[in-house]
Amino acid sequence: MFNLARHELLRLFLSPLAWVILALTQLLLAYLFLTHIDYFSSIQARIAAIPGAPGVTELVATPLIGNAAIIILLVSPLLTMRAFAEERRNETLPLLASAPLSMTQIVLGKYLGNLCFFLILALLTLSMPVSLSVATTLDFYQLSASMLGLILLIASFTAIGLYMSSLTRQPTIAAVSSFALLFLLWIIDRAGDGAEFSVLSWLSLLNHFEPMTQGQINTQDLSFYLIVITTFLLLTIRRLDRERLD
Amino acid sequence: MSQFSLLEASQLSRYFGSQAAVDNVSFTVNKGEVVGFLGPNGAGKSTTMRMLTGNLAPDHGQIRINGIDLLDNPRQAKAHIGYLPETPPLYKELTVKEFLQFCARLNGIDKKQRQTAVDTAIERCGLGQVAKRLIGNLSKGYQQRVGIAQAIIHSPAVVILDEPTSGLDPIQIREIRQLIRDIANEHSVILSTHILPEVQMLCDRVQIISQGQLVFNDSLDKLSQNMLASTLIVEFAQALSPAILSQLTGVEHVDALSTTRYRLHYLPEQNPTQQLLQHAVSENWQLTTLMPEQHSLEDVFMKLIQKEDIDV
Repeated sequence: MFNLARHELLRLFLSPLAWVILALTQLLLAYLFLTHIDYFSSIQARIAAIPGAPGVTELVATPLIGNAAIIILLVSPLLTMRAFAEERRNETLPLLASAPLSMTQIVLGKYLGNLCFFLILALLTLSMPVSLSVATTLDFYQLSASMLGLILLIASFTAIGLYMSSLTRQPTIAAVSSFALLFLLWIIDRAGDGAEFSVLSWLSLLNHFEPMTQGQINTQDLSFYLIVITTFLLLTIRRLDRERLD
Repeated sequence: MSQFSLLEASQLSRYFGSQAAVDNVSFTVNKGEVVGFLGPNGAGKSTTMRMLTGNLAPDHGQIRINGIDLLDNPRQAKAHIGYLPETPPLYKELTVKEFLQFCARLNGIDKKQRQTAVDTAIERCGLGQVAKRLIGNLSKGYQQRVGIAQAIIHSPAVVILDEPTSGLDPIQIREIRQLIRDIANEHSVILSTHILPEVQMLCDRVQIISQGQLVFNDSLDKLSQNMLASTLIVEFAQALSPAILSQLTGVEHVDALSTTRYRLHYLPEQNPTQQLLQHAVSENWQLTTLMPEQHSLEDVFMKLIQKEDIDV
Protein backbone atom coordinates (compact mmCIF):
# COMPACT_ATOMS: atom_id res chain seq x y z
CA MET A 1 0.00 0.00 0.00
CA PHE A 2 2.71 2.49 0.98
CA ASN A 3 4.79 1.18 -1.86
CA LEU A 4 1.99 2.07 -4.22
CA ALA A 5 1.61 5.52 -2.63
CA ARG A 6 5.33 6.13 -3.02
CA HIS A 7 5.24 4.92 -6.59
CA GLU A 8 2.30 7.19 -7.36
CA LEU A 9 4.07 10.22 -5.92
CA LEU A 10 7.28 9.38 -7.77
CA ARG A 11 5.41 9.06 -11.04
CA LEU A 12 3.69 12.38 -10.45
CA PHE A 13 7.02 14.07 -10.09
CA LEU A 14 8.38 12.38 -13.18
CA SER A 15 5.71 14.08 -15.25
CA PRO A 16 6.00 17.77 -15.98
CA LEU A 17 2.37 18.19 -14.94
CA ALA A 18 3.16 18.03 -11.22
CA TRP A 19 5.98 20.55 -11.47
CA VAL A 20 3.94 22.92 -13.60
CA ILE A 21 1.03 22.76 -11.18
CA LEU A 22 3.30 23.36 -8.19
CA ALA A 23 5.07 26.25 -9.87
CA LEU A 24 1.97 28.01 -11.15
CA THR A 25 -0.05 27.66 -7.95
CA GLN A 26 2.92 29.02 -6.02
CA LEU A 27 3.13 31.93 -8.40
CA LEU A 28 -0.57 32.74 -8.08
CA LEU A 29 -0.56 32.34 -4.34
CA ALA A 30 2.60 34.41 -3.93
CA TYR A 31 0.95 37.21 -5.88
CA LEU A 32 -2.19 36.99 -3.73
CA PHE A 33 0.00 36.88 -0.62
CA LEU A 34 1.67 40.10 -1.66
CA THR A 35 -1.64 41.85 -2.32
CA HIS A 36 -2.89 40.79 1.12
CA ILE A 37 0.27 42.17 2.75
CA ASP A 38 -0.02 45.34 0.73
CA TYR A 39 -3.60 45.82 1.85
CA PHE A 40 -2.64 45.08 5.45
CA SER A 41 0.21 47.58 5.51
CA SER A 42 -2.02 50.23 3.95
CA ILE A 43 -4.64 49.98 6.69
CA GLN A 44 -2.28 49.04 9.51
CA ALA A 45 -1.86 52.59 10.74
CA ARG A 46 -5.64 53.16 10.87
CA ILE A 47 -6.56 49.96 12.72
CA ALA A 48 -3.61 49.99 15.10
CA ALA A 49 -5.47 52.19 17.57
CA ILE A 50 -8.69 50.15 17.58
CA PRO A 51 -8.73 47.55 20.34
CA GLY A 52 -9.61 44.01 19.19
CA ALA A 53 -8.98 44.86 15.55
CA PRO A 54 -8.06 41.99 13.22
CA GLY A 55 -4.35 41.22 13.19
CA VAL A 56 -1.96 40.00 10.56
CA THR A 57 -3.15 36.37 10.85
CA GLU A 58 -6.73 37.32 10.07
CA LEU A 59 -5.92 39.78 7.35
CA VAL A 60 -3.12 37.92 5.57
CA ALA A 61 -2.90 34.27 6.54
CA THR A 62 -6.61 33.42 6.63
CA PRO A 63 -7.49 34.95 3.25
CA LEU A 64 -4.44 33.30 1.71
CA ILE A 65 -5.51 29.88 2.91
CA GLY A 66 -8.99 30.59 1.58
CA ASN A 67 -7.43 31.42 -1.81
CA ALA A 68 -5.34 28.27 -1.67
CA ALA A 69 -8.51 26.23 -1.12
CA ILE A 70 -10.08 27.65 -4.27
CA ILE A 71 -6.96 27.18 -6.36
CA ILE A 72 -6.60 23.59 -5.19
CA LEU A 73 -10.24 23.01 -6.02
CA LEU A 74 -9.43 24.11 -9.55
CA VAL A 75 -6.29 22.04 -10.03
CA SER A 76 -7.02 18.90 -8.02
CA PRO A 77 -9.20 17.30 -10.75
CA LEU A 78 -6.26 17.65 -13.13
CA LEU A 79 -4.14 15.40 -10.97
CA THR A 80 -6.70 12.97 -9.62
CA MET A 81 -8.03 12.32 -13.13
CA ARG A 82 -4.91 10.30 -13.81
CA ALA A 83 -5.39 7.93 -10.90
CA PHE A 84 -7.49 5.21 -12.52
CA ALA A 85 -8.63 6.60 -15.85
CA GLU A 86 -5.09 6.80 -17.17
CA GLU A 87 -4.14 3.40 -15.81
CA ARG A 88 -7.14 2.02 -17.57
CA ARG A 89 -6.32 3.75 -20.82
CA ASN A 90 -2.71 2.53 -20.73
CA GLU A 91 -3.96 -0.90 -19.66
CA THR A 92 -1.67 -0.98 -16.66
CA LEU A 93 -4.44 -1.81 -14.21
CA PRO A 94 -3.93 -5.61 -14.63
CA LEU A 95 -0.43 -5.16 -13.20
CA LEU A 96 -1.90 -3.94 -9.94
CA ALA A 97 -4.88 -6.29 -10.04
CA SER A 98 -2.77 -9.41 -10.47
CA ALA A 99 -0.29 -8.38 -7.78
CA PRO A 100 -0.88 -9.79 -4.32
CA LEU A 101 -2.81 -6.72 -3.17
CA SER A 102 -6.43 -6.25 -2.23
CA MET A 103 -8.52 -3.63 -4.01
CA THR A 104 -8.67 -1.64 -0.76
CA GLN A 105 -4.89 -1.49 -0.66
CA ILE A 106 -4.73 -0.37 -4.27
CA VAL A 107 -7.26 2.41 -3.74
CA LEU A 108 -5.71 3.57 -0.46
CA GLY A 109 -2.25 3.51 -2.01
CA LYS A 110 -3.37 5.69 -4.88
CA TYR A 111 -5.23 7.95 -2.50
CA LEU A 112 -2.27 8.48 -0.19
CA GLY A 113 0.06 9.12 -3.11
CA ASN A 114 -2.17 11.83 -4.54
CA LEU A 115 -2.88 13.27 -1.12
CA CYS A 116 0.83 13.57 -0.41
CA PHE A 117 1.27 15.75 -3.45
CA PHE A 118 -1.44 18.15 -2.30
CA LEU A 119 0.01 18.18 1.19
CA ILE A 120 3.30 19.33 -0.28
CA LEU A 121 1.39 22.03 -2.11
CA ALA A 122 -0.40 23.07 1.09
CA LEU A 123 2.83 23.12 3.12
CA LEU A 124 4.51 25.32 0.54
CA THR A 125 1.55 27.67 0.78
CA LEU A 126 1.76 27.65 4.55
CA SER A 127 5.42 28.63 4.42
CA MET A 128 4.42 32.05 3.06
CA PRO A 129 2.46 33.32 6.11
CA VAL A 130 4.83 31.51 8.45
CA SER A 131 7.72 33.52 6.97
CA LEU A 132 6.05 36.62 8.46
CA SER A 133 6.76 35.31 11.93
CA VAL A 134 10.31 36.60 11.52
CA ALA A 135 8.99 40.16 11.73
CA THR A 136 5.76 39.86 13.68
CA THR A 137 3.83 37.53 15.96
CA LEU A 138 1.28 35.24 14.39
CA ASP A 139 -1.71 33.54 15.95
CA PHE A 140 -0.45 30.01 15.46
CA TYR A 141 -3.60 28.48 16.93
CA GLN A 142 -5.83 30.10 14.36
CA LEU A 143 -3.31 29.34 11.64
CA SER A 144 -3.15 25.65 12.53
CA ALA A 145 -6.93 25.45 12.70
CA SER A 146 -7.25 26.83 9.19
CA MET A 147 -4.46 24.55 8.03
CA LEU A 148 -6.35 21.56 9.43
CA GLY A 149 -9.40 22.79 7.55
CA LEU A 150 -7.40 23.10 4.34
CA ILE A 151 -5.95 19.61 4.74
CA LEU A 152 -9.37 18.07 5.33
CA LEU A 153 -10.74 19.95 2.36
CA ILE A 154 -7.91 18.70 0.17
CA ALA A 155 -8.42 15.17 1.43
CA SER A 156 -12.09 15.38 0.42
CA PHE A 157 -11.22 16.79 -3.02
CA THR A 158 -8.80 13.94 -3.59
CA ALA A 159 -11.31 11.28 -2.54
CA ILE A 160 -13.98 12.73 -4.83
CA GLY A 161 -11.52 13.04 -7.72
CA LEU A 162 -10.35 9.47 -7.24
CA TYR A 163 -13.89 8.17 -7.42
CA MET A 164 -14.64 10.15 -10.57
CA SER A 165 -11.45 8.80 -12.08
CA SER A 166 -12.50 5.23 -11.35
CA LEU A 167 -15.69 5.68 -13.36
CA THR A 168 -14.19 6.28 -16.77
CA ARG A 169 -11.24 5.53 -19.01
CA GLN A 170 -11.01 9.09 -20.34
CA PRO A 171 -8.92 11.25 -18.00
CA THR A 172 -10.55 14.41 -19.38
CA ILE A 173 -14.02 13.19 -18.53
CA ALA A 174 -12.81 12.32 -15.05
CA ALA A 175 -11.36 15.81 -14.66
CA VAL A 176 -14.45 17.61 -15.92
CA SER A 177 -16.87 15.55 -13.87
CA SER A 178 -14.90 15.81 -10.66
CA PHE A 179 -14.50 19.52 -11.17
CA ALA A 180 -18.26 19.85 -11.70
CA LEU A 181 -19.03 17.84 -8.59
CA LEU A 182 -16.52 19.75 -6.46
CA PHE A 183 -17.84 23.05 -7.68
CA LEU A 184 -21.40 21.97 -7.03
CA LEU A 185 -20.53 20.95 -3.50
CA TRP A 186 -18.82 24.29 -3.07
CA ILE A 187 -21.74 26.47 -4.10
CA ILE A 188 -24.62 24.19 -3.20
CA ASP A 189 -25.60 26.32 -0.19
CA ARG A 190 -26.46 29.24 -2.48
CA ALA A 191 -29.82 27.58 -2.99
CA GLY A 192 -30.44 27.49 0.74
CA ASP A 193 -33.20 29.77 1.99
CA GLY A 194 -30.90 31.43 4.48
CA ALA A 195 -32.25 29.33 7.33
CA GLU A 196 -29.90 28.45 10.15
CA PHE A 197 -29.66 24.83 9.10
CA SER A 198 -30.65 23.13 5.87
CA VAL A 199 -29.50 19.98 4.15
CA LEU A 200 -28.07 21.93 1.25
CA SER A 201 -25.95 24.15 3.40
CA TRP A 202 -24.83 21.13 5.39
CA LEU A 203 -23.64 19.54 2.16
CA SER A 204 -21.54 22.52 1.21
CA LEU A 205 -17.81 21.92 1.47
CA LEU A 206 -17.26 25.61 2.02
CA ASN A 207 -19.62 25.90 4.98
CA HIS A 208 -17.55 23.43 6.94
CA PHE A 209 -14.30 25.07 5.98
CA GLU A 210 -15.11 28.64 7.03
CA PRO A 211 -15.42 28.07 10.78
CA MET A 212 -11.98 26.46 10.77
CA THR A 213 -10.39 29.48 9.13
CA GLN A 214 -11.89 31.49 11.98
CA GLY A 215 -10.14 29.17 14.40
CA GLN A 216 -13.16 27.08 15.39
CA ILE A 217 -12.81 23.31 15.19
CA ASN A 218 -16.24 21.71 15.47
CA THR A 219 -16.70 17.98 15.64
CA GLN A 220 -19.56 18.26 13.17
CA ASP A 221 -17.23 19.78 10.58
CA LEU A 222 -14.58 17.19 11.23
CA SER A 223 -17.06 14.37 10.93
CA PHE A 224 -18.50 15.87 7.74
CA TYR A 225 -15.11 15.70 6.04
CA LEU A 226 -14.38 12.24 7.38
CA ILE A 227 -17.76 11.03 6.10
CA VAL A 228 -17.10 12.51 2.65
CA ILE A 229 -13.65 10.95 2.46
CA THR A 230 -14.72 7.47 3.59
CA THR A 231 -17.83 7.48 1.41
CA PHE A 232 -15.96 8.28 -1.76
CA LEU A 233 -13.12 5.87 -0.99
CA LEU A 234 -15.60 3.08 -0.33
CA LEU A 235 -17.44 3.91 -3.55
CA THR A 236 -14.14 3.73 -5.45
CA ILE A 237 -13.28 0.33 -3.98
CA ARG A 238 -16.73 -0.96 -4.78
CA ARG A 239 -16.64 0.41 -8.27
CA LEU A 240 -13.30 -1.27 -9.07
CA ASP A 241 -14.36 -4.52 -7.45
CA ARG A 242 -17.51 -4.53 -9.53
CA GLU A 243 -15.42 -4.24 -12.66
CA ARG A 244 -13.91 -7.61 -11.79
CA LEU A 245 -17.34 -9.10 -11.32
CA ASP A 246 -19.08 -7.88 -14.45
CA MET B 1 -0.87 -38.71 -9.22
CA SER B 2 2.84 -38.66 -9.85
CA GLN B 3 2.94 -35.08 -11.05
CA PHE B 4 1.94 -32.28 -8.76
CA SER B 5 -0.47 -29.95 -10.45
CA LEU B 6 0.33 -26.31 -9.87
CA LEU B 7 -2.77 -24.86 -11.38
CA GLU B 8 -6.16 -26.42 -11.36
CA ALA B 9 -9.16 -24.86 -13.03
CA SER B 10 -12.42 -26.68 -12.77
CA GLN B 11 -15.67 -25.95 -14.55
CA LEU B 12 -14.88 -22.34 -15.24
CA SER B 13 -17.68 -20.38 -16.80
CA ARG B 14 -17.96 -16.73 -17.52
CA TYR B 15 -20.84 -14.92 -19.15
CA PHE B 16 -20.92 -11.46 -20.62
CA GLY B 17 -24.59 -10.70 -20.56
CA SER B 18 -26.25 -13.80 -21.90
CA GLN B 19 -23.29 -14.75 -24.06
CA ALA B 20 -20.95 -17.36 -22.65
CA ALA B 21 -17.38 -16.24 -23.22
CA VAL B 22 -15.99 -19.28 -21.43
CA ASP B 23 -18.20 -22.28 -20.92
CA ASN B 24 -17.39 -25.05 -18.46
CA VAL B 25 -13.65 -25.23 -19.04
CA SER B 26 -11.54 -27.50 -16.81
CA PHE B 27 -7.84 -28.19 -17.00
CA THR B 28 -4.72 -28.58 -14.91
CA VAL B 29 -1.15 -27.45 -15.39
CA ASN B 30 1.61 -29.59 -13.94
CA LYS B 31 4.96 -28.58 -12.65
CA GLY B 32 7.44 -27.71 -15.37
CA GLU B 33 4.91 -27.89 -18.17
CA VAL B 34 4.41 -25.48 -21.02
CA VAL B 35 0.77 -25.39 -21.99
CA GLY B 36 -0.30 -23.72 -25.18
CA PHE B 37 -3.69 -22.11 -25.29
CA LEU B 38 -4.74 -22.07 -28.87
CA GLY B 39 -7.79 -20.61 -30.46
CA PRO B 40 -9.07 -18.07 -32.94
CA ASN B 41 -9.60 -14.50 -31.83
CA GLY B 42 -12.57 -14.13 -29.54
CA ALA B 43 -12.55 -17.78 -28.52
CA GLY B 44 -12.18 -16.98 -24.84
CA LYS B 45 -8.42 -17.29 -24.39
CA SER B 46 -7.90 -13.90 -22.84
CA THR B 47 -11.02 -14.20 -20.71
CA THR B 48 -9.72 -17.48 -19.30
CA MET B 49 -6.35 -15.94 -18.60
CA ARG B 50 -7.88 -12.94 -16.91
CA MET B 51 -9.84 -15.30 -14.67
CA LEU B 52 -6.72 -17.31 -13.83
CA THR B 53 -4.94 -14.16 -12.71
CA GLY B 54 -7.73 -12.71 -10.63
CA ASN B 55 -8.52 -9.86 -13.00
CA LEU B 56 -11.97 -11.19 -13.67
CA ALA B 57 -14.19 -13.21 -11.37
CA PRO B 58 -15.63 -16.40 -12.88
CA ASP B 59 -19.39 -16.90 -12.71
CA HIS B 60 -18.91 -20.59 -11.88
CA GLY B 61 -16.03 -22.83 -11.11
CA GLN B 62 -12.95 -22.95 -9.04
CA ILE B 63 -9.29 -22.04 -9.54
CA ARG B 64 -6.56 -23.42 -7.33
CA ILE B 65 -3.01 -22.22 -7.67
CA ASN B 66 -0.35 -24.19 -5.83
CA GLY B 67 -3.19 -25.62 -3.76
CA ILE B 68 -4.55 -22.19 -2.77
CA ASP B 69 -8.02 -21.19 -3.85
CA LEU B 70 -7.86 -18.00 -5.90
CA LEU B 71 -11.34 -16.88 -4.99
CA ASP B 72 -11.08 -17.52 -1.25
CA ASN B 73 -7.50 -16.34 -0.71
CA PRO B 74 -6.78 -14.08 -3.66
CA ARG B 75 -3.74 -12.40 -2.17
CA GLN B 76 -1.88 -15.59 -1.28
CA ALA B 77 -2.81 -17.24 -4.56
CA LYS B 78 -1.81 -14.27 -6.69
CA ALA B 79 1.68 -14.33 -5.18
CA HIS B 80 2.28 -17.54 -7.16
CA ILE B 81 1.30 -16.08 -10.52
CA GLY B 82 3.13 -13.94 -13.00
CA TYR B 83 0.93 -12.41 -15.66
CA LEU B 84 1.68 -10.64 -18.89
CA PRO B 85 -1.53 -9.33 -20.45
CA GLU B 86 -1.93 -8.79 -24.16
CA THR B 87 -0.84 -5.18 -23.85
CA PRO B 88 2.18 -5.18 -21.54
CA PRO B 89 1.31 -3.09 -18.48
CA LEU B 90 4.23 -0.68 -18.40
CA TYR B 91 4.69 2.78 -16.97
CA LYS B 92 6.37 4.46 -19.87
CA GLU B 93 7.81 7.31 -17.82
CA LEU B 94 9.93 4.99 -15.69
CA THR B 95 13.25 3.40 -16.56
CA VAL B 96 13.41 -0.37 -16.87
CA LYS B 97 15.18 -0.65 -13.55
CA GLU B 98 12.80 1.65 -11.70
CA PHE B 99 9.82 -0.19 -13.09
CA LEU B 100 11.16 -3.60 -12.09
CA GLN B 101 12.02 -2.33 -8.64
CA PHE B 102 8.46 -1.15 -8.27
CA CYS B 103 7.17 -4.54 -9.43
CA ALA B 104 9.43 -6.30 -6.95
CA ARG B 105 8.06 -4.18 -4.12
CA LEU B 106 4.53 -4.63 -5.42
CA ASN B 107 4.98 -8.37 -5.17
CA GLY B 108 6.25 -8.07 -1.62
CA ILE B 109 9.83 -9.17 -2.19
CA ASP B 110 12.01 -8.53 0.87
CA LYS B 111 14.25 -5.51 0.81
CA LYS B 112 17.37 -7.69 0.97
CA GLN B 113 16.43 -9.86 -1.99
CA ARG B 114 14.91 -7.08 -4.06
CA GLN B 115 18.08 -5.98 -5.79
CA THR B 116 19.01 -9.58 -6.60
CA ALA B 117 15.52 -10.25 -7.95
CA VAL B 118 15.66 -7.18 -10.18
CA ASP B 119 19.16 -8.03 -11.41
CA THR B 120 18.21 -11.63 -12.13
CA ALA B 121 15.11 -10.60 -14.07
CA ILE B 122 17.11 -8.05 -16.07
CA GLU B 123 19.75 -10.63 -16.87
CA ARG B 124 17.33 -13.43 -17.76
CA CYS B 125 15.37 -11.23 -20.10
CA GLY B 126 18.47 -9.75 -21.69
CA LEU B 127 17.68 -6.20 -20.61
CA GLY B 128 21.17 -5.35 -19.34
CA GLN B 129 21.85 -2.80 -22.06
CA VAL B 130 18.60 -0.92 -21.70
CA ALA B 131 18.22 -1.09 -17.91
CA LYS B 132 18.68 2.63 -17.50
CA ARG B 133 16.53 3.71 -20.42
CA LEU B 134 12.95 4.91 -20.28
CA ILE B 135 10.47 2.19 -21.12
CA GLY B 136 8.58 4.53 -23.45
CA ASN B 137 11.67 4.86 -25.66
CA LEU B 138 12.25 1.13 -26.10
CA SER B 139 11.27 -0.91 -29.13
CA LYS B 140 8.22 -3.10 -28.91
CA GLY B 141 10.35 -6.23 -28.57
CA TYR B 142 12.17 -4.80 -25.59
CA GLN B 143 8.93 -3.59 -24.07
CA GLN B 144 7.60 -7.11 -24.36
CA ARG B 145 10.72 -8.36 -22.58
CA VAL B 146 10.18 -5.89 -19.79
CA GLY B 147 6.64 -7.23 -19.56
CA ILE B 148 7.99 -10.76 -19.25
CA ALA B 149 10.61 -9.65 -16.71
CA GLN B 150 7.79 -8.16 -14.66
CA ALA B 151 5.95 -11.48 -14.76
CA ILE B 152 8.89 -13.59 -13.54
CA ILE B 153 10.46 -11.19 -11.05
CA HIS B 154 8.95 -12.84 -7.98
CA SER B 155 9.73 -16.39 -9.27
CA PRO B 156 6.08 -17.39 -9.48
CA ALA B 157 5.08 -21.02 -9.83
CA VAL B 158 3.01 -20.32 -12.93
CA VAL B 159 3.75 -17.71 -15.58
CA ILE B 160 0.79 -16.74 -17.73
CA LEU B 161 1.58 -15.03 -21.03
CA ASP B 162 -1.20 -13.69 -23.22
CA GLU B 163 -0.09 -13.61 -26.86
CA PRO B 164 3.51 -12.73 -26.02
CA THR B 165 4.67 -12.56 -29.63
CA SER B 166 1.85 -10.59 -31.22
CA GLY B 167 2.88 -7.48 -33.08
CA LEU B 168 6.61 -8.23 -33.13
CA ASP B 169 8.92 -8.60 -36.12
CA PRO B 170 10.27 -12.07 -36.98
CA ILE B 171 13.62 -11.55 -35.25
CA GLN B 172 11.96 -10.31 -32.10
CA ILE B 173 9.55 -13.22 -32.23
CA ARG B 174 12.47 -15.63 -32.31
CA GLU B 175 14.13 -13.93 -29.38
CA ILE B 176 10.96 -13.89 -27.31
CA ARG B 177 10.40 -17.58 -28.06
CA GLN B 178 13.91 -18.37 -26.92
CA LEU B 179 13.23 -16.40 -23.76
CA ILE B 180 10.01 -18.31 -23.13
CA ARG B 181 11.88 -21.57 -23.56
CA ASP B 182 14.42 -20.44 -20.96
CA ILE B 183 11.67 -19.46 -18.57
CA ALA B 184 10.03 -22.84 -19.01
CA ASN B 185 13.06 -24.47 -17.41
CA GLU B 186 12.13 -22.97 -14.08
CA HIS B 187 8.44 -22.18 -14.19
CA SER B 188 5.28 -23.68 -15.51
CA VAL B 189 4.08 -21.57 -18.39
CA ILE B 190 0.66 -21.01 -19.87
CA LEU B 191 0.88 -19.34 -23.21
CA SER B 192 -1.91 -18.18 -25.43
CA THR B 193 -1.46 -17.69 -29.12
CA HIS B 194 -3.16 -18.05 -32.45
CA ILE B 195 0.11 -18.81 -34.21
CA LEU B 196 0.21 -22.56 -34.67
CA PRO B 197 3.92 -23.20 -35.31
CA GLU B 198 4.63 -21.38 -32.06
CA VAL B 199 2.75 -24.06 -30.20
CA GLN B 200 4.68 -26.78 -32.02
CA MET B 201 7.92 -25.09 -31.06
CA LEU B 202 7.27 -24.27 -27.45
CA CYS B 203 4.59 -26.34 -25.85
CA ASP B 204 4.40 -29.74 -24.20
CA ARG B 205 0.67 -29.74 -24.18
CA VAL B 206 -1.95 -28.05 -26.29
CA GLN B 207 -5.38 -26.86 -25.36
CA ILE B 208 -7.57 -25.72 -28.17
CA ILE B 209 -10.41 -23.47 -27.22
CA SER B 210 -13.21 -22.54 -29.53
CA GLN B 211 -16.31 -20.53 -28.73
CA GLY B 212 -15.59 -20.72 -25.05
CA GLN B 213 -15.23 -24.50 -24.96
CA LEU B 214 -12.20 -26.70 -24.67
CA VAL B 215 -12.21 -28.87 -27.79
CA PHE B 216 -8.79 -30.47 -27.45
CA ASN B 217 -6.56 -30.97 -24.46
CA ASP B 218 -3.67 -33.35 -24.91
CA SER B 219 0.02 -33.63 -25.55
CA LEU B 220 1.60 -32.37 -28.74
CA ASP B 221 2.30 -35.99 -29.80
CA LYS B 222 -1.38 -36.79 -29.79
CA LEU B 223 -1.98 -33.75 -31.90
CA SER B 224 0.68 -34.92 -34.36
CA GLN B 225 -1.06 -38.30 -34.60
CA ASN B 226 -4.17 -36.45 -35.52
CA MET B 227 -2.11 -34.76 -38.17
CA LEU B 228 -1.17 -38.02 -39.92
CA ALA B 229 -4.05 -38.05 -42.27
CA SER B 230 -5.18 -41.26 -43.92
CA THR B 231 -5.01 -40.16 -47.54
CA LEU B 232 -2.76 -40.90 -50.51
CA ILE B 233 -2.39 -38.90 -53.65
CA VAL B 234 -1.82 -41.04 -56.74
CA GLU B 235 -1.29 -40.07 -60.36
CA PHE B 236 -1.08 -42.21 -63.45
CA ALA B 237 0.19 -41.62 -66.98
CA GLN B 238 -3.07 -42.91 -68.40
CA ALA B 239 -6.69 -42.41 -67.43
CA LEU B 240 -7.98 -44.92 -64.93
CA SER B 241 -11.46 -45.58 -63.68
CA PRO B 242 -11.88 -44.70 -60.01
CA ALA B 243 -13.99 -47.83 -59.61
CA ILE B 244 -10.90 -50.01 -60.00
CA LEU B 245 -9.08 -48.09 -57.32
CA SER B 246 -11.92 -48.31 -54.87
CA GLN B 247 -11.76 -52.13 -55.08
CA LEU B 248 -8.37 -52.16 -53.38
CA THR B 249 -8.69 -53.48 -49.83
CA GLY B 250 -8.67 -50.72 -47.29
CA VAL B 251 -9.66 -47.95 -49.68
CA GLU B 252 -12.80 -46.33 -48.39
CA HIS B 253 -13.39 -43.59 -50.82
CA VAL B 254 -11.81 -42.17 -53.97
CA ASP B 255 -11.80 -38.50 -54.96
CA ALA B 256 -11.05 -37.81 -58.58
CA LEU B 257 -8.84 -34.73 -58.71
CA SER B 258 -8.54 -35.05 -62.52
CA THR B 259 -8.84 -37.94 -64.95
CA THR B 260 -5.40 -39.20 -63.97
CA ARG B 261 -5.03 -37.90 -60.42
CA TYR B 262 -6.89 -39.31 -57.43
CA ARG B 263 -7.01 -38.98 -53.69
CA LEU B 264 -7.49 -42.27 -51.85
CA HIS B 265 -9.02 -42.21 -48.39
CA TYR B 266 -8.25 -45.30 -46.40
CA LEU B 267 -9.01 -46.66 -42.97
CA PRO B 268 -6.27 -46.17 -40.42
CA GLU B 269 -4.19 -49.34 -39.96
CA GLN B 270 -5.08 -50.50 -43.49
CA ASN B 271 -2.60 -48.71 -45.66
CA PRO B 272 -3.20 -49.84 -49.27
CA THR B 273 0.17 -48.69 -50.58
CA GLN B 274 1.68 -52.17 -50.98
CA GLN B 275 -1.39 -53.51 -52.72
CA LEU B 276 -1.58 -50.50 -54.95
CA LEU B 277 2.03 -50.95 -56.02
CA GLN B 278 1.55 -54.66 -56.78
CA HIS B 279 -1.51 -53.92 -58.90
CA ALA B 280 0.19 -51.05 -60.63
CA VAL B 281 3.09 -53.26 -61.67
CA SER B 282 1.11 -56.33 -62.62
CA GLU B 283 -1.62 -54.44 -64.50
CA ASN B 284 0.67 -51.78 -65.94
CA TRP B 285 -1.18 -48.71 -64.59
CA GLN B 286 1.87 -46.50 -65.24
CA LEU B 287 1.94 -45.00 -61.77
CA THR B 288 3.82 -41.69 -61.77
CA THR B 289 3.07 -40.23 -58.35
CA LEU B 290 2.44 -41.80 -54.96
CA MET B 291 2.37 -39.38 -52.10
CA PRO B 292 1.09 -39.78 -48.54
CA GLU B 293 -0.70 -36.62 -47.62
CA GLN B 294 0.17 -34.91 -44.36
CA HIS B 295 -2.10 -32.45 -42.70
CA SER B 296 -0.58 -29.37 -41.23
CA LEU B 297 -1.36 -28.29 -37.73
CA GLU B 298 -3.54 -25.69 -39.38
CA ASP B 299 -5.77 -28.34 -40.93
CA VAL B 300 -6.13 -30.19 -37.67
CA PHE B 301 -6.90 -26.98 -35.91
CA MET B 302 -9.52 -26.05 -38.45
CA LYS B 303 -10.94 -29.56 -38.30
CA LEU B 304 -11.28 -29.46 -34.53
CA ILE B 305 -12.88 -26.05 -34.61
CA GLN B 306 -15.20 -26.90 -37.48
CA LYS B 307 -16.26 -30.13 -35.82
CA GLU B 308 -17.28 -27.99 -32.92
CA ASP B 309 -19.29 -25.75 -35.23
CA ILE B 310 -21.17 -28.71 -36.65
CA ASP B 311 -21.93 -30.05 -33.19
CA VAL B 312 -23.34 -26.69 -32.20
